Amino acid sequence: MSSHAWILLGVFLAVLLPTAKPLGIHIANVMEGRCRFAGRFEAALYRVCGIRPAEEMSWLRYASALLLFNLFGVLSVYAVQRLQAELPLNPLALPDVRPDTAFNTAISFATNTNWQAYGGESTLSHLSQMLALCVQNFLSAATGIVVAIALIRGFARQRATTLGNAWVDLTRIILYVLLPLAFVEAIFLNSQGVVQNFVGQHEVTTLQGSRSGRPLDLGQTAEATPNTPPDAAATPAAGTSAQRLAMGPLATQEAIKLLGSNGGGFMQANSAHPYANPTPLTNFVQMLSIFLIPAALCLTFGRMVGDLRQGWTLLAAMGLIFVILAIAAMHFEAQANPLLTRLGVDPVGGNMEGKELRFGIADSALFATISTLAACGAVNAMHDSFTPLGGMILLIDMQLGEVVFGGVGSGLYGMLLFAILAVFVAGLMIGRTPEYLGKKIEAREMWLSSIAVVLTPLLVLGGTAIAVLLAAGRAGIGNPGAHGFSEILYAFTSAANNNGSAFAGLSANTPFYNLTLAAVMLFGRCGVIGPVLAIAGSLAAKQRLAAGAGTLPTQGPLFVALLSATVLLVGLLNYVPALALGPLAEHLLLRAAE
Amino acid sequence: MSSLLRPAISLFIGLSVLTGIAYPLAVAGIGRLLFAEETAGSLLVVDRRSVGSRLIGQHFTDPAYFWGRPSATPARPYDAAASGGSNLGPLNPALSEAVRQRIAALQAAHPGKLQRIPVDLVTASASGLDPHISPQAAACQVERVARQRRLPPAQVSALVAAYTEGRQWGVFGEPRVNVLLLNIALDALP
Repeated sequence: MSSHAWILLGVFLAVLLPTAKPLGIHIANVMEGRCRFAGRFEAALYRVCGIRPAEEMSWLRYASALLLFNLFGVLSVYAVQRLQAELPLNPLALPDVRPDTAFNTAISFATNTNWQAYGGESTLSHLSQMLALCVQNFLSAATGIVVAIALIRGFARQRATTLGNAWVDLTRIILYVLLPLAFVEAIFLNSQGVVQNFVGQHEVTTLQGSRSGRPLDLGQTAEATPNTPPDAAATPAAGTSAQRLAMGPLATQEAIKLLGSNGGGFMQANSAHPYANPTPLTNFVQMLSIFLIPAALCLTFGRMVGDLRQGWTLLAAMGLIFVILAIAAMHFEAQANPLLTRLGVDPVGGNMEGKELRFGIADSALFATISTLAACGAVNAMHDSFTPLGGMILLIDMQLGEVVFGGVGSGLYGMLLFAILAVFVAGLMIGRTPEYLGKKIEAREMWLSSIAVVLTPLLVLGGTAIAVLLAAGRAGIGNPGAHGFSEILYAFTSAANNNGSAFAGLSANTPFYNLTLAAVMLFGRCGVIGPVLAIAGSLAAKQRLAAGAGTLPTQGPLFVALLSATVLLVGLLNYVPALALGPLAEHLLLRAAE
Repeated sequence: MSSLLRPAISLFIGLSVLTGIAYPLAVAGIGRLLFAEETAGSLLVVDRRSVGSRLIGQHFTDPAYFWGRPSATPARPYDAAASGGSNLGPLNPALSEAVRQRIAALQAAHPGKLQRIPVDLVTASASGLDPHISPQAAACQVERVARQRRLPPAQVSALVAAYTEGRQWGVFGEPRVNVLLLNIALDALP
């Protein structure tokens, strides 16, 4: 790994960790109603919507409210796409989106997955991007966060029957956290060159095109050298003089795409597109904003349960696993493709296929690690062209269950499920009833946690198996051999864990993939949120016991080790055989071909 | 459940208007005020005509211009209306074949000059619109461009050096040369 890569990782952690605490405490203040700078607007909104802010909800009512709210999200995203030809702000006169694609996109954005079966700039009108997708970027992120807050309240409250008011929680997290952060980031992105306008496409005549007809004023002096450029064969003679630059309201979408761990880009090339991520500095800020809220929520948790060390412990476990995986990804991507080296390519440059030069190896591999760990799924490089082992790290990032930072809210509640598992395992070893934060972990909580933890691998491996067996599934494969299997495994891993990134060589915009992946995304989201809220309800009803001499301390290095080991074991063991068939086999073949 | 219906739908509509209409419009307004050029696409104007964007690469084939990276956008290279990469896996024979052809073309254009080929000059970028090449990739084209334009190689080298950016703030990203800006500067030479 280059010294640049080490420095980058160090600077990243040095900026992330100090910002996490103030933001985490701010979020705690917001959720406990102590931050009300838009109090009048809030009150008016509640009045219009018929919301009684003081009314508390049971876990079941809280879950029903979120389900209903997100159901309207799905319907609205579907409807806007299906009607976009008739709606305004469609400068390219794009047609309505196909039903299966629109359905997949609706589920995808409502579940905070943001898997994209379509290419943004050539499929969606500006109105669809704003009113359907940008809105869901906020609402699905808010949903994730309030579920985590409800679970925290389950730990913090005693003998309580309620978890808070879902409407108030959703409103406050958007008004006081997501919207202000996104606003500031969008303006910053503007300053670096991220576009924000309502033009459809801006057509220009290229520099070389504007010279054709009046050649470079060099006349016959130019020597007759073989002037075939690297890919002249693929160049049609016509059409090279005009370039149509796709534009739109990108900055607002990109900002919340990263802050809300959504990841669905305005453009097909996502954060690799120069209009979405124009400079190495925007790239750094984008990486930060992906981890910012998930990291802060650990400290929100610490603050709300009355012991910040509990939050730092979770953050340390996440940070430890992140650093290991980031180093691995940056190391593997710095390796040249041996097949290209044999053709005469300088191996110093590393694996540059599918990467942008301004980001190079380190800034691309670090972004990819962050985005796959955080259930974000934005990409600034094409994951499909990563080295076999580099790509495997990205698969592992997601297969850990999106709990290492993870999605906003979903990362924290996922990690708390693993904490419950960890105290249970420790409890078995020392023969005591497990406790976490003074709450006895009993059969009901273990049942529910197990369902949530086992469901995702089941969806991933089951879905992959079905797709590999069916012709409709195999038809989408874009690369031959073991890599083709990896593409399918990646798609189901990404969907079930609500990540949304892809090995994009897979042609997934087919009815088969649109419907199966939509189902997997939906179960992957609801199948975890349901049990989490049920656990929150049952924990809230319990008493908080004082820690005794035999209580396992859940803060400090010992628990960091126990928790990260639990995450790695449970996450990895499920997937080892599948990884052997895909990226590991491919790695061995690449070495053999060398 | 029915008592949840009205809050659900009205809050959904309220928050949609706030985040889906008010937020993008407000940023567009402020962005235009503060960063008019950037929000409009960082367009470049030469002879009062816009010839492209500072941020978006273009397809150069003329030997008198510096060439950028290969682009895998589907309809034609550097199609800024449909961005994307090749998505070829490392073991895919199509990748090796494409790189082999690009190397052959480069060697034909620079006979006997290329020992080790900079990887960015023969691999497709992620967006297909990468505006940059590495300083090494620019250096190996200097002699060709200078010969075509009947300029002293030192003058072209100096121009490349002037258009080479280091890491941003010394920490972020990679050293790079913006091909379109360099070529515009070449055309502007007396």
